[in-house]
This record gives sequence, structure tokens and C-alpha cells, in this order.
Amino acid sequence: MTGAILRPALPGPAVPAQGCAERPVLRERGQREVFCGLTGIVWLHRKIQDAFFLVVGSRTCAHLIQSAAGVMIFAEPRFATAVMEERDLAGLADANDELDKAVSRLIERRPDIKMLFLVGSCPSEVIKLDLSRAAARLSERYSPDVRILNYSGSGIETTFTQGEDNCLAALVPQLAESRAETPQLLVVGALADVVEDQFARLFAAMGIDDVRFLPPRRARDLPPVGPSTLYLLAQPFLGETARVLEERGARRVAAPFPLGAEGTTLWLKAAAEAFAIDPMRFRAATAAAEARARRALEPYHAELSGRSIFFFPDSQLEIPLARMLSRELGMRLTEVGTPYLHRQHLAEELALLPEDAQLSEGQDVDRQLDRARAARPDISVCGLGLANPLEAEGLTTKWSIELLFTPIQGYEQAGDLAALFARPLDRKTRLRV
Amino acid sequence: MQLTVWTYEGPPHIGAMRVATAMEGVHYVLHAPQGDTYADLLFTMIERRDKRPPVTYTTFEARDLGTDTAALFQRTLKDAYERFRPQAMLVGASCTAELIQDDPAGLAKASNLPVPVIPLELPSYQRKENWGAAETFYQVVRTLAGAEDKRTDDDRSARGHPPHSLPECVDELANRSRAGRPSCNILGPTALGFRHRDDVAEIRKLLGEIGIDVAVVAPLGASPADVARLGEADFNVVLYPEIAGVAAKWLKRTYGQEFTTIVPIGHGATTDFVAEVRRLAGLPEEAAEAAAGPASNLPWFSRSVDSSYLTGKRVFVFGDATHALAAARVATEEFGFTLCGLGTYSREFARDIRAAAETYGVEPLICDDYLDVEQAIAAAQPELVLGTQMERHIAKRLGVACAVISAPVHVQDYPARYSPQMGFEGANVLWDSWVHPLVMGLEEHLLGMFRDDFEFNDEAKPSHLGSGARIAAEPVTVPDTTATVSPTIPITTHGWRSEAEAELKKIPFFVRGKARRNTEKFAAERGLSEITVETLYDAKAHFSR
Repeated sequence: MTGAILRPALPGPAVPAQGCAERPVLRERGQREVFCGLTGIVWLHRKIQDAFFLVVGSRTCAHLIQSAAGVMIFAEPRFATAVMEERDLAGLADANDELDKAVSRLIERRPDIKMLFLVGSCPSEVIKLDLSRAAARLSERYSPDVRILNYSGSGIETTFTQGEDNCLAALVPQLAESRAETPQLLVVGALADVVEDQFARLFAAMGIDDVRFLPPRRARDLPPVGPSTLYLLAQPFLGETARVLEERGARRVAAPFPLGAEGTTLWLKAAAEAFAIDPMRFRAATAAAEARARRALEPYHAELSGRSIFFFPDSQLEIPLARMLSRELGMRLTEVGTPYLHRQHLAEELALLPEDAQLSEGQDVDRQLDRARAARPDISVCGLGLANPLEAEGLTTKWSIELLFTPIQGYEQAGDLAALFARPLDRKTRLRV
Repeated sequence: MQLTVWTYEGPPHIGAMRVATAMEGVHYVLHAPQGDTYADLLFTMIERRDKRPPVTYTTFEARDLGTDTAALFQRTLKDAYERFRPQAMLVGASCTAELIQDDPAGLAKASNLPVPVIPLELPSYQRKENWGAAETFYQVVRTLAGAEDKRTDDDRSARGHPPHSLPECVDELANRSRAGRPSCNILGPTALGFRHRDDVAEIRKLLGEIGIDVAVVAPLGASPADVARLGEADFNVVLYPEIAGVAAKWLKRTYGQEFTTIVPIGHGATTDFVAEVRRLAGLPEEAAEAAAGPASNLPWFSRSVDSSYLTGKRVFVFGDATHALAAARVATEEFGFTLCGLGTYSREFARDIRAAAETYGVEPLICDDYLDVEQAIAAAQPELVLGTQMERHIAKRLGVACAVISAPVHVQDYPARYSPQMGFEGANVLWDSWVHPLVMGLEEHLLGMFRDDFEFNDEAKPSHLGSGARIAAEPVTVPDTTATVSPTIPITTHGWRSEAEAELKKIPFFVRGKARRNTEKFAAERGLSEITVETLYDAKAHFSR
């Protein structure tokens, strides 16, 4: 098997002669209507159940997380903020003592915590509070009961899902060195539990037994990593995590992302090829599920085919979603905005995009709104700050954050994913008020 | 650093946004890092507004920090003016921008825009949302009503009058009320305020009924031109002192306009408010009684026998100072509850809360630390919590009934239906919403009589609230105060013998916590090492005296 991974990949799927790979991208700067990376905490705290996220920031940071998630959660949350005050800004030494106090109060209150993330914010970055040293210092004090790590979720450095990227990248140095002789598969990116289980079953069926997921559901279950590790990105926003995994010797399996029937097959196939799985066995493992996914998509194809869609930048999921919606549901792409375009990780996706799709990276929100108003797309995918105002202007919207909070990857979710886009249109035809 | 699980208020620039978003023709340019635009969704989602807030953010990123962020601010300001053409602009910084000290005030001045530009100094690491709203509204009023102020002063001095003092003002009002209807401004309602929309409608209607015109409502719905007319009214109605208090005091100094001090939440307070308004408007006193109607249904509902089981129910009140003070009065005087705790997160109004707490004989809680509030509620063992969204979290954890009386609130407290807190209709709303979470009378009696019903028992939610288990029948002990209770050993924590513990369980859940605490206190005072069934009933007799 070791030899297999060195073998050049089998020829990939039929790639359209003209993809998006070389086409110009509209790069814009101006006001960006996006979340900062702290927002990743909203789903990460549920994924890693014994981890706690302590933001070191201002009242704004506390208010953000609370507004984005907290007010809906009537339970003890697994996140909090150490709010910096006037006296913390006066001197740095003092701020470290204050942080220690906040951490000790927290750990007393929540003895069940096994892993604590100190999450950097704009204020803590600007005053250059060294959270990585604080994490190392506190780790010494609380080891082995609590592991204390650090990453930045600040708005000045990260956009929305990049918070997850930084969080996972902070986990990578904690992973044990893999001593395995044979290759193991590591699936990277937080997935819904149900999706994770489906993928595990599919990999087992095609004969890849040693599959681990990052992040794990519990802090103690961190997967090992080493030169024998092949990793497959489940999410498109994991540039930094991929970089540090490569530093540990792991190698990436290039693939489009597992959205839709086609996307999921291509994603699984990339893994199968890297592990030299017999194509017959691969088909046997996936054919039924793929057919089921295609059947589930049929009714939505009828509803969505020919409709135009406009993506405002939000999560970096925009390009894979646009690919799925255009190829599998026949939607017309007007503009596909992304906060950041990782050309290497998205190469397979770009190749599959139709050639008339306008790509944009970054944002000047007022100008982008002008373009959306001019294009009058059938659906605009945007954040909650824009959705209701656009609805009031008569445009139909799909709020984008839901795509991070809903199981959308894999075969069994392909229909659900299509339904997310069909629902706003369906609603519009139902309402008579 | 303060460990914050939930925060009662946002940073002060959110307060400034609430004022800007409430107004028409005003635009706010906020120097802030990428990501702070989350604040937009407070308005577009929680309050369900159909327009983007009139706020342009600079959204600087790390790479901008190496360059000229001041130039970025200036560029953003000019672009925002060109695009939106507002009649006045607000400029300010969020917490991160405050650290990089680009001086939005100076930069805005240098930009020479052809409209008034109001710089906001909001210290993010000391102050919070309501303070930010109050300061912003004050600056808006000072700048925009100030021009008017100068002219009036000049006019007056030309006529040989100093700015008028109070007695003269009242005389003037008396004269005017004969000529036409007296007028007032309504000050304080903002965007994202708890029930501000309907409070304004209710109070406007009430004022109309007693013969008073409303000149300007601000900031909600006011344009800069409206703010410039503030000085023309006879007096001011301050609905939300947290937001309009400072501006009202300035208007009094500048125009001699008196302002109301009673917030009309509850039947009694509304009646008092009517009397105060009539006095300020120079309307005859004797008619006040007649003009107070149509009154609310609350007095009759509260007197009807169905409500007698509400007598002496222990209630804990927490919220912003205005709503907490009002709720304390309504709960005690109009519902017949017993107040077992009163607190606020509004430090600016700590003195009022302390004074009120003293008259009710409870400890005041002036605090914005959610964990401390949780501890205070657990210790007070209330049967009903009247609080904010955060107290709902606490009440759920402790298994106590709860109703929301104050911001912060979430989307369900920006309802579609008419639901003021103020005025006589507001009193009706308070009645319904505070009684609703309590177990209804008959069910409460039956729970006291038959403990082991498979369906209606302590673990179940009140049956009128739908099926399901409550989270905890008894308050969870706060970790650092007590050890865990183990039911297997004969003597449990604090010396409870198992049969006494079992007897305690027969007391209805909503007063059980109080009974446990009283019994333990009773035992401790007498130096009893164990608590028997006898001790339990001795304590009951002792405390019922």
C-alpha cells in the first residue's frame, strides 16, 4: 500500500475544456459585511464536546458571540469571554495575571473541561497580548487535566470560517506522531456527526479502514499524524490547517468538496485512488448511495433549473456550492463572491465551474449590492445583515450561515442541500399576504 | 479582565447605532475592524427591520494596520456621505479602533463635509451600550437643537428676557393652554429598545386623550430637522431615563423645559404619570381623576378571587433600572407579590435601586456579572423571576418560572402584536405575561395534595405550558457553596435525616427551596446537628409567625 500512494493519481473525471481555473477574479476592497473568526466557536463548541472556548477580547466580542448564538442557547454554554477593561490596557504584565485569574475561575466552575482554547480577538491582537505564551504557561499549571491552546479568531485576521481553520491548525501540533507503516486517511474539517458516520461507513465499504476525523468529538480522541497520513479536506476554508499538517509530513489528497452527488463521488474517488482501491469495489461501495442522491435531487432540478443565483462572500463555501448548484441543479451563476480564494485547494472546483460565472474575492458591500440589484438574481445568498433588507427590496434570499449549521455534505444530504435553496422560492409562491 | 458568560449590555458603539438607526436622515461612520458588522443583524434579524442600519464601517484588517488607517477612515467617510447624502453624520470608533487612536473627530472635521458632523467619544473599555446611547443622543441634541438654542437666546436677550426660569415657564404654559393645546416631546425610544415601538404609541394616545400634543418623538423616527425643533415644546416626557436622561437635563438647562420623572409602567405609575404630565402642562388638577381613564383591567383582574393565590409569591426582579423599579412597584402593589430580590445592571442608576431596595427590605444587587446574579437568585429562592433574557437562562437552570421585563431580549420579545409595557394597555400586558408562567391555582393545590401522580408531578412542567419535564425540580446548588447530596446515607448534607429529607419532598417544589433554607437556618441557630421531621415542622411554625 505504501507504494500505492506514490503512484500518480488515476485520470480524474471528465473536466470541461474551459473551466474557471484561469479566469480573472474581481478583487474588491471596501466595507466587508462578514463575520469574524470568533463566530466559528458557535459550532466548534458543540463538535468538540469537552472543549471550552475563552475569548480574550472586549465587550464587543462577548456581544458578538452572544448575538450570533448565545441568545438561542438556554443552557450552560461552553464559551465565554474574558473582557478586557481599562486597567488591562495600562500594562501587559498585569493583563497576564488577570487572564490567569479568569482561567482559574472558569476551570473551577467547569471541572469537566479537558481542553481550553484561548481565542485571540482584534483588541488582544492590537495590544499584542501574547496568548500563545499564556497558553503554554497555563498548560503547565493545569496539565495533565486540562490542555490549553490558543488561536486567533480576530476580525482583522480571520473571516468567519477561518476561525475553524485556525482552531484546527492549533490542534495539529498536539497530535501524536503516527508510527504507522501503512497510509491512514485523515478527514479534516468539522462535519455534522451524522455526515461523519456516513463517510466512515463509505470508506469502510470501499476498504479504507483506518480513517480518522479532525476535529474529533472529544479532546482525548485526537488522531495521530505523520508522513504516512493522507488527508482529505472536507471543507474549503482550511488553508492554514493544511499547511501545518504538511509540516508534520501529511500529504493532501486533492479533490473537489463533497457537496452534491457528483461532488461526493469525486471526493470519495480521490481518496479511493490515493489508496489504490479497485474501481469496481469503489463503484460497489458508492453506486447505490450516489443513485439515491441523484434521485433526491431530481425534483429540485425541476424547481431550480434555469434560476439565477448571486453569492455574497461569507464562508468560502460559495465556490463549491456554486459548482454543485450549476452542474447538478442547472442554476445560472451571476456572481460568486468569496471572502478568500485558496487557488490550490479550489483548483478542482474551479475546473468544474461554468465559464460565464463571475468570481469575486473580497468585498465592497455597497457596490456589490448595486451589482446584485442590477442583476436581480432569483436567489441571493447573503448574511443576516443583508437578507431582510434585500427581501424588502423584492429580492429572494437564502441566508448563508445556515449552510454551516446544517448537515449538507455527502450523498444522503444532497437533497437537503438543494432544499435549502428551493425553500425560499417555494415560500414566495405560497404566501398570499 | 472580567470573566463574562453572558453580557447584559453591548459596547457603547451599539448604543450609538441604536440612536442612528432610530433616526431618519442620519448616517454613522464607525471605525471598526472587519467582523463588527455583526451588529447589523441585531437590527435586521432581532428587530426585523427592513432596511440596513445607516452605518458604514471601515472594516480594517491586519494588513491595513501597517498602512494609513486614518486615510481609510477619511475615505470611508467621504464615500458614505456621497452615497447616502445624510442631513447629519455621526463619527466614532469601536473598541479596537479606540486602541489605534486615529481620532475620527479630528479627521471628520478636516474632511469639511457640508452637513453637521457629530463626533462621539465612547470609552469602550469603561462604558456600555446604554451609556453610549445616552451620550450619542445628548450629543445629537446638543449639536442639532443647539443652533436653535442660540437663536432663541438671541431673540430673548433682544427682548430683554433671560432664558426663562421655572415659575415663569409655568405661567407661560398656563397662558398657552388657554390659547391652544400644550405640547411635549417624547424622549428616549430607540431602535432595538424593549417594546419601544408600542410604548410610544400607547403614551402618544394617552397624552392625546388628556389634551396634550406630541411635538417631536426622538430619537425614534426623528430627523435632524425634528431634533432642531425640540426646544419648541412646553415640556419633555422622558420614557427611558437610561437613554434620554442626560439630554432632558440639558434641554431643561437650555430651554427651561421641565421633564417627567415618573415612568408610566403599571396601573399606579400610569395614574401618577398622568397627574405629573397634567401639572407640567398646566392643566387643571381637579380634572386629573376624570382624565385618567380609560383605566386598565389590571386592578379588577388582581382583585378577582382567582388571583388570591398570587398573594405573597416570592419574586426576584432584575433588569435595567427603569424596568426593575417599575416591576418592583407593580409586583408588590398591584399583584400582591413579595419582593425577595431587586437588582439592576445599570450602574448609573445604582442609587435609585439602593433606595428602593431599602424600602422593600431586600438587598440591592448592582451588578453586571451574570454569575453573581445567578448566585443571588439561587440564594433568594424565588417562585418567579422577572428579568432579562439572561435571567431566563438562570430560571431555566433553576427550574423557576420567569417572565421578561427588560432588555437584553431576543427576537420573541419584538412581537408582531401590540404589546406595550407602558400605559394602561401596558398594565394589561404585564398582567397576562407575568401570571402566565406560574402554575395555575387549581393545579398548584392538587400538586400540594397528591404528590405521586404519574403525569402531574414536581418533575413536570405546569400543564398549561405543554408537556415535558422541568429542567430541575430544585435549584442546583452553586458548586462552591455546598457538597453534593447523596440520598443513600441516612444523614444527608447539612444533617438532614433521610425521613426529614423525604418529608421535605412533600412540600410543593416552588416553595421547597425556601423551606429547606429556613429549616437549615433554624437548625444552625439552635446548634442542632441533625434535622428531623420535627425540626422541619418546628422551623415551619417558627417562620410562619
